[in-house]
Amino acid sequence: MTIQTDTAAPKQTMQRPQRKPLLSMAAEISGPTYLLIAVCAFLLFIAAWFLATGLGMTKPIFLPSPLAVVAKLTKLAMDGTLASDVGNSVYRIMIGFFIASVMALATAILIGAYRFWEAAIEPFLDFVRYMPVVAFVPLTILWSGTGDIQKFLIIWIGTYFQQALMFKDNIKRVPTDFIGFGRTLGMSDLRVLMRIVVPSAMPQIWDTLRISLGWAWTWVTLAELVAANSGLGYRITVAQRYLQTDMAIGYILVLGILGLTTDQIMRFLGRHFFKYERKS
Amino acid sequence: MQAHPKLKISHLQKSFTNGRSTIKVLDDINLEVGDNEFVSLVGASGCGKSTLLSIIAGLQDYEQGEMLIDGSSINGPGRDRGVVFQSYTLLPWLTALQNVEFALRETGHDAKDIPEVARQHLDLVKLSRFADSFPSQLSGGMKQRVAIARALSYRPKMLLMDEPFGALDALTRGQMQELLMQIWQEHRLTVIFVTHDVEEAVYLSDRIFVMGLNPGRIKECIAVPAVRPRPTGIQHDRDVLELQAQVLKSIREETRRAEFE
Ligand SMILES: Nc1ncnc2c1ncn2[C@@H]1O[C@H](COP(=O)(O)OP(=O)(O)OP(=O)(O)O)[C@@H](O)[C@H]1O
Ligand SMILES: [Mg+2]
Repeated sequence: MTIQTDTAAPKQTMQRPQRKPLLSMAAEISGPTYLLIAVCAFLLFIAAWFLATGLGMTKPIFLPSPLAVVAKLTKLAMDGTLASDVGNSVYRIMIGFFIASVMALATAILIGAYRFWEAAIEPFLDFVRYMPVVAFVPLTILWSGTGDIQKFLIIWIGTYFQQALMFKDNIKRVPTDFIGFGRTLGMSDLRVLMRIVVPSAMPQIWDTLRISLGWAWTWVTLAELVAANSGLGYRITVAQRYLQTDMAIGYILVLGILGLTTDQIMRFLGRHFFKYERKS
Repeated sequence: MQAHPKLKISHLQKSFTNGRSTIKVLDDINLEVGDNEFVSLVGASGCGKSTLLSIIAGLQDYEQGEMLIDGSSINGPGRDRGVVFQSYTLLPWLTALQNVEFALRETGHDAKDIPEVARQHLDLVKLSRFADSFPSQLSGGMKQRVAIARALSYRPKMLLMDEPFGALDALTRGQMQELLMQIWQEHRLTVIFVTHDVEEAVYLSDRIFVMGLNPGRIKECIAVPAVRPRPTGIQHDRDVLELQAQVLKSIREETRRAEFE
């Protein structure tokens, strides 16, 4: 096969491709431009913050300046408070989230593959899903005190029910012909499930994990806000008690950064695990 | 002479129930397919070709009738029948080679032969160069070739193909048809081939089953007497063109009849 190249029009070489204006719908922008715009948005936010505090529009007790927040955070980082708070919260998330995810995946496989179990379990999951997690906090304290177990429980309640239903959806989306293919090889149902269905759904399952991990940060903070003696959420209640607004804001920022970082790590790992989905 | 045909279906009936309504999709299907025969199923869209094929594969059940393979009745899918699905069914996380190896492993092949046998089958469909490519990196035609290699690798006696070339452009389609002819001639296996394309059906088959619509049934069986192996370009011979016209007319009659009802 030969490809004819047009050599008759040398004058028109290097013509710039037509570009849509930056603000038109669905206009393509390059990676660096994207980053630049994103950084500008952050800078704008910080500048507004500086302005509001610098002009004396607010009292420091309501909104301290960015510099005060950074100074406070630095101090907390130096004396080890920050690291131990982050450590405690991360530990709680890891355990609670891990248990919820494993259980949710097992449930999802069961209800995704067997109509009997779907009928038996799914309506119940749907029902519990609509109960507000916050409302469980007093109960969980009653059941398990204010230790780590209670934190695991809140994270579990907040993620398990959502995850199970989302994982099930991921599993249901595997094309039926994939299952048919496995069965024509003489594979047992269980083998088809474990060797074809679950691996096929893995990229979507990973995405669900990434999204639900984001929620887990909210649940751990909630649990620590209400009853704890360590962790990021706990420190924020301490800040409130002593009117240390700089610490409260600093910790909220830390939570945001931690959430963003874990999300990025999950994305990166996902791209690495599921390389096979890419064209090149 | 063989005592039994490869496949014998008698008085088979299949309905789907949707909520409260039941539609009969296949009605009194009777057909026989000989050993090493290449037959096609053609018919209007929705007449039940895929349903019949997946019943033969053992992937769907039916209410009435009998289905015998080599004289014994079958129950469920089995390694004696390989299926090439209309949709792409390569496992996306495995390379072309690993996809073939997967089938070999799951059908209980001797572990030490697996890489070798898998390579031979990629060779067969002329894809050795792409052994280490993932399905996402292969074109539609290449994916179907791997699927054919995969279905052949564990040596089923019967190959069931559901519009395997439906999504391909005319050129690739022609190449795939020749390749399939070649493989079928070398491997001697029974093929049941579902297609929309009358030219394709006539070029490939020994016999063509034209299916009727509403409910689906075998309307007519048309034999294709043309020589084997069939030279390329035979599609344009007068006899072959006449056969194509005959098959087409048979399908058209049926759609028209169904419209009037
Ligand atoms: N799972 C199902 N539930 C209900 N009806 C179904 C189901 N599968 C198929 N049908 C119906 O059975 C009929 C035959 O479907 P089938 O897919 O076998 O047709 P087909 O001949 O393969 O059509 P096409 O050429 O378009 O692929 C159609 O009317 C379809 O609506
Ligand atoms: Mg079909």
